[in-house]
Amino acid sequence: MKTPQQGFGGLGSIPSFLEWFGELGCFVGKFVRSTFSRPFHFQALLQQMHEIGTRSLPLVVLASASTGVVLSLHTRESLVRFGAKGLLPVVIVMTIIKESGPIITALIVCGRVGAGIGAQLASMKVTEQIDAIEASGINAFRLLVVTRILACILMLPLLTIVADLSGILVGWLANTLVEHVSLVRFIQDGFKQLTFQDLLPTTFRTAIFGFIIGLLGCFQGTRSTGGTEGVARAATSAVVLASLFVIVADVGLVRLIQIVFRP
Amino acid sequence: MTPPAQGNAVIRVESLFKAFGSLKVINDVNLNVNVGETLVVLCRSGTGKSVLLKLLIGLQQPDSGSIQMLGQEITQLAEKPLNEVRKKVGFVFQNAALYDSLTVAENVEFPLKYHTALTVGQRREQAMEILTRVGMQDSALMMPTELSGGMKRRVGLARALVLKPKIMLYDEPTAGLDPITSEEINELILKLQQEHAMSSIVVTHEMHSAQRISNHVAMLDQGSIVFDGNFSDMKNSDNKFVSLFIKNG
Ligand SMILES: Nc1ncnc2c1ncn2[C@@H]1O[C@H](COP(=O)(O)OP(=O)(O)OP(=O)(O)O)[C@@H](O)[C@H]1O
Ligand SMILES: [Mg+2]
Repeated sequence: MKTPQQGFGGLGSIPSFLEWFGELGCFVGKFVRSTFSRPFHFQALLQQMHEIGTRSLPLVVLASASTGVVLSLHTRESLVRFGAKGLLPVVIVMTIIKESGPIITALIVCGRVGAGIGAQLASMKVTEQIDAIEASGINAFRLLVVTRILACILMLPLLTIVADLSGILVGWLANTLVEHVSLVRFIQDGFKQLTFQDLLPTTFRTAIFGFIIGLLGCFQGTRSTGGTEGVARAATSAVVLASLFVIVADVGLVRLIQIVFRP
Repeated sequence: MTPPAQGNAVIRVESLFKAFGSLKVINDVNLNVNVGETLVVLCRSGTGKSVLLKLLIGLQQPDSGSIQMLGQEITQLAEKPLNEVRKKVGFVFQNAALYDSLTVAENVEFPLKYHTALTVGQRREQAMEILTRVGMQDSALMMPTELSGGMKRRVGLARALVLKPKIMLYDEPTAGLDPITSEEINELILKLQQEHAMSSIVVTHEMHSAQRISNHVAMLDQGSIVFDGNFSDMKNSDNKFVSLFIKNG
């Protein structure tokens, strides 16, 4: 028998999808209320920031660096063909800062952290550890959920900045191996036309990606039912839903930023 | 079958109902536990023992009825006062429910960390003291996955005791343990009751434990209480379920 919960993350049919969405809305409300009420678990937040941020760093740097190489090789080829080689730094810097840095960081964190949060909370629920926290008079939502979502919100922009840097640096490296150009020159050329408005909104929109990742990991984790299978389902659905929502949100946010920040 | 005097009840449950869908798990249950008393709730497996205990500390919501813990109606309480009550109630989970990312000692320190202003050193000291009491002092630095079922049960007990609760709720504390370990746990429960005037509810299906530790016994059949009285009065009951339980216990 397939109950609504047993469908894919509770998204089996239209009524259960609506129910899922309603519950998600309540969950967000609870998150907002709990974030602004005491006690605040600062130590747990730091621990989660380490878990989510520091530990995702190697993977994010690696992925962004390889994009930098690929981007540099591809654009070089195209620009040479059109005789616009001088634009290479600006194209690389713009592409990385505006799109590939943020989205690659978000999707990698989706996979690593979304699955991690989903599986961990689901297994804590199955083994009654969440009940045990509540039973000792501690608000488990504040301790587990609020800290994880906030850590994701805070860490994603930081990870994105590191990803941007490593992408640009490696992009330069790949470029200079073909045709020598100094790093200073590359950076100067690349950032010449870049305004603050290009930089800040595009980087800090990843805070919203962080919110989506933390939210869906926690939501799918805490509502999971049904033993080990439920844990696996929570992890998978957290990753899939978070990736999907991040991509959709990206489209919306890019357009929004264009509308709001263009003179 | 005289219910205990109403005066100094620390736990009072009145006409409690709880159903999951069409499954009536708790059906009009009334219970009283007085200060320093141990109530053993006997019933068959899978018939609502864990649900009953979870209702008592608000981990699940009843469909109707009243639950008073230490004089507070917990079905009506907001989060903060409910947590105040929960701090005074120790809950020993059926499968221990230890935090698997923390060591044994950290598990025991966990409630202290969030409810007291003790320093790290003081917390460790108190945790070790309680671990010694349950005979687990040598495993303080182990992870829960490295422990046997009986050891986990003891650590769960230590964690429940660390805030010095007034009430203890035990969910099948001896199920699945060998007779000797069971007896040790029974003795611990008795000692706590005698030395600290602890009030407790123990749910179990083991007659022997009931005989050892109970001040009075309630028998639950299909969610309803079919017997409430002293252990020794049980054999005089003419209820079929009770006699069946005694015969096979
Ligand atoms: N959250 C829930 N949702 C639906 N049904 C539930 C839920 N919790 C418990 N039940 C049902 O309530 C009944 C009693 O469950 P409970 O866990 O209290 O049994 P138990 O007496 O503790 O069993 P055991 O001896 O195996 O520990 C079971 O039939 C179970 O299926
Ligand atoms: Mg049970």
